[in-house]
Amino acid sequence: MTEAAIFPAPRASALGALAPRAEAAIIPVAALLCGFLAFSVFLLALGKSPVDFFALVWKAGFSSAFSWQNTLSRVPPLLLAALCVALPARLGLVVIGGEGAIVLGGLAAAATGLAVSGAPAIIGFACMVAAACIAGGVWIGAVGALRFKRGVNETIASLLMAYIAIALLNHLVEGPLRDAASLNKPSTAPLPAALRVGDMPLDISVHWGLVFGVILCILAWVLIERTTIGFAARIAGGNVRAAQVQGLPVGRLIIGFTALGGACAGLAGFFEVAAIHGSANGSLVSGYGYTGILVAFLARHNPLAIIPVAIMLAGFEASSGLIQRRMDLPDAAVLVLEGMVFVAILLSETMYGRMRIFSPAYWAAKA
Amino acid sequence: MSAAADLGLWGVPLAILGGAIRVSTPFLFVSLGECLTERSGRINLGLEGTLVFGAMSGYAVAYESGSAWIGVLAAAFAGMLFGLFHGWVCKFKGVNDIAIGIAMMLLGMGLAFFFGKPYIQPVAPDLPAIALGWWSEVSQVQAALQVNVLFVIGAVLAVAMAWMFRATRIGLTIRVVGDSTDSARAMGINPDRVRLLSTAAGGALAGVGGAYLSLYYPGSWTEGISSGQGLMAVALVIFARWRPMNCFWAALLFGGAGALGPALQSVGVTSGYYLFFAAPYVLTLGLLIVTSSPTKALDGAPGELSITK
Repeated sequence: MTEAAIFPAPRASALGALAPRAEAAIIPVAALLCGFLAFSVFLLALGKSPVDFFALVWKAGFSSAFSWQNTLSRVPPLLLAALCVALPARLGLVVIGGEGAIVLGGLAAAATGLAVSGAPAIIGFACMVAAACIAGGVWIGAVGALRFKRGVNETIASLLMAYIAIALLNHLVEGPLRDAASLNKPSTAPLPAALRVGDMPLDISVHWGLVFGVILCILAWVLIERTTIGFAARIAGGNVRAAQVQGLPVGRLIIGFTALGGACAGLAGFFEVAAIHGSANGSLVSGYGYTGILVAFLARHNPLAIIPVAIMLAGFEASSGLIQRRMDLPDAAVLVLEGMVFVAILLSETMYGRMRIFSPAYWAAKA
Repeated sequence: MSAAADLGLWGVPLAILGGAIRVSTPFLFVSLGECLTERSGRINLGLEGTLVFGAMSGYAVAYESGSAWIGVLAAAFAGMLFGLFHGWVCKFKGVNDIAIGIAMMLLGMGLAFFFGKPYIQPVAPDLPAIALGWWSEVSQVQAALQVNVLFVIGAVLAVAMAWMFRATRIGLTIRVVGDSTDSARAMGINPDRVRLLSTAAGGALAGVGGAYLSLYYPGSWTEGISSGQGLMAVALVIFARWRPMNCFWAALLFGGAGALGPALQSVGVTSGYYLFFAAPYVLTLGLLIVTSSPTKALDGAPGELSITK
């Protein structure tokens, strides 16, 4: 073996180091485009123009300050719901019941806000946020605990818990917590104005949840990639038995990461109530939890990648109304697109490690 | 016709019995389909989407053709296509069957809502029911024993599937593939093909379950037609320990839990209605907690099943 084979030239090794990163970026983007392509074929088969469709998405979602505002206002719950999927995913858990944590977080925030309405705003907000995070964290944390202590499948359990959470919401807003003044749509009493979350300054009509969502995504990335806890979680996600042999607290990691994810989704519920609806009611069940699953999978559970993916999907959802009017397509067209993209991104998992161009050895050999 | 008798509180168990038979049929079909798929070593979480798409396509075709049975066949065909797709993509290395199931759930519902929009208003023909309550004078008994033909077919199917797994070559092949891919290969069986066909058949059954929803009970196509029945059926199969006959009894139990709310409402209990509505979910979760085990593989579980490994 020559010296060059053992110590490849610096240029080649730089390319070689870059290759796996390129793989991690190029494959998901290619899968996304394949999903768009499949949807275009679907539209063509129905006699509709894919060009019109994507042009309308651009127009309604991203072309002007107004459309950006429309898009960005949908981003906060998507960011937080996606974290509810991405954090447990680091431990190999597939949690799909974020909708339940959003609903209960919103309900807890509304009930707490009414209870502390006399207190100064800063204390009121702190109590509401704490209540929302605890409600969501306990709900999804329970899913993690059931997984660890009883071996209950977390995917099924979390979705069942979401249905139970929605039933609880309906029960409470129709009964004990109902505001007598809410006739057509049973709701809790409206929050006092001091406890409403406002829009951000500088004429951006997007509420503060966006900032918190982005910060939490960054913090989640730091937690997973730059701390020993995140490292331990990744080991446990790869091989539970190896992690246990190493003495890692697998149970605490599972319960902690699921609870943290649930707390994020609960916070999404807080913002939905305090910034958008003003009280807890059936509008909390809006499907953000399910779109969040797609966001997390598209981002391959990388919290930083969640941010652009959430913005993209929010843009699609924001354009749904315009597409319905201009192209005479049902509003479910966006759902079909999302489903196709979801399938494409999962199928792309099979491409990793198959293409030699992404292997460091290929570039080392070339040098 | 006889007049309604005043049954007092006896009306509740009677309404639950009748409701159990009515509500259980989709559970029965989806769980039998999932049982078949899981016995081959795959899990298809996407049956919720298949159920909804089956409900839409069954209703639409029944309306266009004027025959409820053609609708049922169309739903089975659509379900089979979903199953074929799921079975096909899962054979690729690195493709996770649980995640694909979630994606197919969203895609199936999206497609159903997309194509189902024009069929929300029109009225399609119903599936026929058999009046097994002819012997009784009491109208509530007669109502409770209005049994749909699909329920009877499902019951027969459960018996047939149990026999297939126990006594036939096909059943043995599916069981071998489900328990060990390597043994199956050593015996010259192509595991991917067996799983593909099992998933396709499972999807077809789930489609029929969906057609029951839209063509009999509740009997119309709406976007909220399924509330997790497809997913609960997956949990139900675990509880039934992958035995078709147990699936039948478990489906009746779940149907009874689902009928609890309406039954209580029929005798005037209206408070806590939404909590009773949650009964099937609580029951499912409770059964999962009781029957799961943190340390050992579940009794009767197919060895290759990712959900229990």
